[in-house]
Amino acid sequence: MANTACFIIVSRNDIPIYEAEVGSAPKKEEAAHKHQFILHAALDIVQDLAWTTSAMFLKAVDRFNDLVVSVYVTAGHTRLMLLHDSRNEDGIKSFFQEVHELYVKILLNPLYLPGSRITSSHFDTKVRALARKYL
Amino acid sequence: MAPLAPKTGDPLFANVERVNAELFTLTYGAIVRQLLADLEEVEEVNKQLDLMGYNIGVRLIDEFLAKSNVSRCVDFKETADIIAKVGFKMFLGVTATVTNWNAEGTTCSLVLEDNPLVDFVELPDTCQGLHYCNILSGVLRGALEMVSMKTEITWVRDMLHGDDAYELQAKLVKQVPEEYPYKDDD
Repeated sequence: MANTACFIIVSRNDIPIYEAEVGSAPKKEEAAHKHQFILHAALDIVQDLAWTTSAMFLKAVDRFNDLVVSVYVTAGHTRLMLLHDSRNEDGIKSFFQEVHELYVKILLNPLYLPGSRITSSHFDTKVRALARKYL
Repeated sequence: MAPLAPKTGDPLFANVERVNAELFTLTYGAIVRQLLADLEEVEEVNKQLDLMGYNIGVRLIDEFLAKSNVSRCVDFKETADIIAKVGFKMFLGVTATVTNWNAEGTTCSLVLEDNPLVDFVELPDTCQGLHYCNILSGVLRGALEMVSMKTEITWVRDMLHGDDAYELQAKLVKQVPEEYPYKDDD
C-alpha cells in the first residue's frame, strides 16, 4: 500500500480535469502542492515519450527524490498520471486500466463536455476504492 | 380468421427492425445536449422534448397499430396494459409494469425498471430540473390523442434524480368521440 500517491487526469489541452490524493498517509497541505507541481513538471517528458511508443501504459517517466511518476496515455491523449512511492508496477497498470474504463463511461455521458472537470462524486468514490485495492 | 392480438410484445420485438442500442442512446443524448446548448433554460428543454415526443407519438401510433394487430381496447385499463406490455417492448425493448390505479380507473402509473435512453447519463448540477426522458411522455400523449383519448402524462419518479425506477403517471382527462370530418348535406 503506497504511503503517498497523487493521481491526476490531464486532458489533451493540458488542463487537469480531475485530481485526488489517494495515498494512505495523513494529508499535508505543502505535500499536496508539491505533488501537483511534480506531476505538471513531468508533462513535457510525457509528451515526448507518448509519441515514441504505441503502448498506452508508459511506466515510470520521471523521478523526484524517492517518488516516481507513472503515466497512462489514452487514445484521445488524455493522460492519467500517478505520483507514488511504491514499486508495484502490475498493480499500477491494473489501476490505470480500470480508471480508464470509468473515464470512458464518463465520456459516454452526453451531458459531459469532454475536457471539462469531472465533478461526478460517483467517479470519485470509485477511483478512491480502486486506489485502495490496487495501490 | 384474423391472427390473435399478442398479449406480450416479444414476438413483435423479434420481427421489427432493430438498431444498435448504444447508437440509439448516444443519438438521444446528442439531441438533449444540443437542445440544452440552444435553449439554455431547463424548462424550455423539457417543453421542447415533450413537443418532439408529441410529434413522434401521433405518427408512431399508426405503425404500432399496423404491426401489432391489437383489437380495440375496451377501457383505459386495457389500453395501459397494452402500452406497457406490447408498446414499450416493441419500440424500446423493455416492458413496463402498470400500478397504482385510482378508484375510477382513469389514472395509473407505468413503472420502468430500466430505460435504454439513459444509459451512462448523469445529470450535472446545472441541469437538475431536467426531465431527461420527457420525450416519452410526449410520445404517449400524442399516440393516445390519435386514438381519441386526451391524457396528461407526468413524471413521478426519475432515476437520474435519485429514485429507484422511472414512473410515469398517465391521467385520462377525456375520451373524445370520433368526429366525422365531412358534413353529410353538401
